[in-house]
Amino acid sequence: MGEPETAESDGARRVAMEARDRVRFEEEALALADQVYRVARRFVSTREEAEDLVQDTYARAFRSWQSYTPGTNLRAWLLRILTNLNVDRGRRLQRRPDETPLEEHDYYLANSFAESGGEQVLEQDRVVERLSQDSIVTALSALPDDFRDVVVLVDIGDFSYADAAQILDIPLGTVMSRLHRGRRLLKARLAEEAAA
Amino acid sequence: MSDCDKCEELLQGYLDRELSSEEVAVAEMHLEGCDYCRRRYRFEASLRQYVRTTAAERMPPGLMAKLAQLRTTDPGSASI
Repeated sequence: MGEPETAESDGARRVAMEARDRVRFEEEALALADQVYRVARRFVSTREEAEDLVQDTYARAFRSWQSYTPGTNLRAWLLRILTNLNVDRGRRLQRRPDETPLEEHDYYLANSFAESGGEQVLEQDRVVERLSQDSIVTALSALPDDFRDVVVLVDIGDFSYADAAQILDIPLGTVMSRLHRGRRLLKARLAEEAAA
Repeated sequence: MSDCDKCEELLQGYLDRELSSEEVAVAEMHLEGCDYCRRRYRFEASLRQYVRTTAAERMPPGLMAKLAQLRTTDPGSASI
């Protein structure tokens, strides 16, 4: 058996292995589609936009599958693509909360919530039941984008702080503070709703 | 910083299961002895659960087929 033949069969084996890896990658990614969609749906305002975003995400993921490191968190990798695409779509032309003095407004809401006894009100099951699915969805979508992204990733996507930091390309401490402030705002809005 | 302030700081990490075992011990010890923080904890936990279940929307039925069409490989070739 001559050397050129060996090289050729090595090459063929490599191609076959790569094809198998690629098929496996696509199948594993597709198995996560429902979980990816759940997060996407809360990033944008309509179902159509969410569907487009998920399709664009998968198109890009399938093209650039080789940049995924096997054994790492594929769901986080897909969400990183989705988040970047969402930013590319020009969603973020508005203010960025971390760069503007939002605190006062933020704490005003939180304080008025505490003063109105909002937590105690919300604590009662009957009132929680009265909050419709719409009110949660509306309250979430009313959050500033940067806060909502973190709340959605952690609370709906069930991502760790570290994954959320990686997906959004922000420091861990920023994840924690945005989460804290985002949830405060969310509670304030829900308390307003429950009191209405 | 009072125990309750500290606990509020820990509560978020506690609920999100992000604390070290030492921090968990501190948070639990405080929760055991503090009515106020225990109520807060219950409220926060039920709110998270509520947001998780209420705001999660399943993928529309046709989307999976559209995503499958984006594949670059033939699914049948996996067994080669």
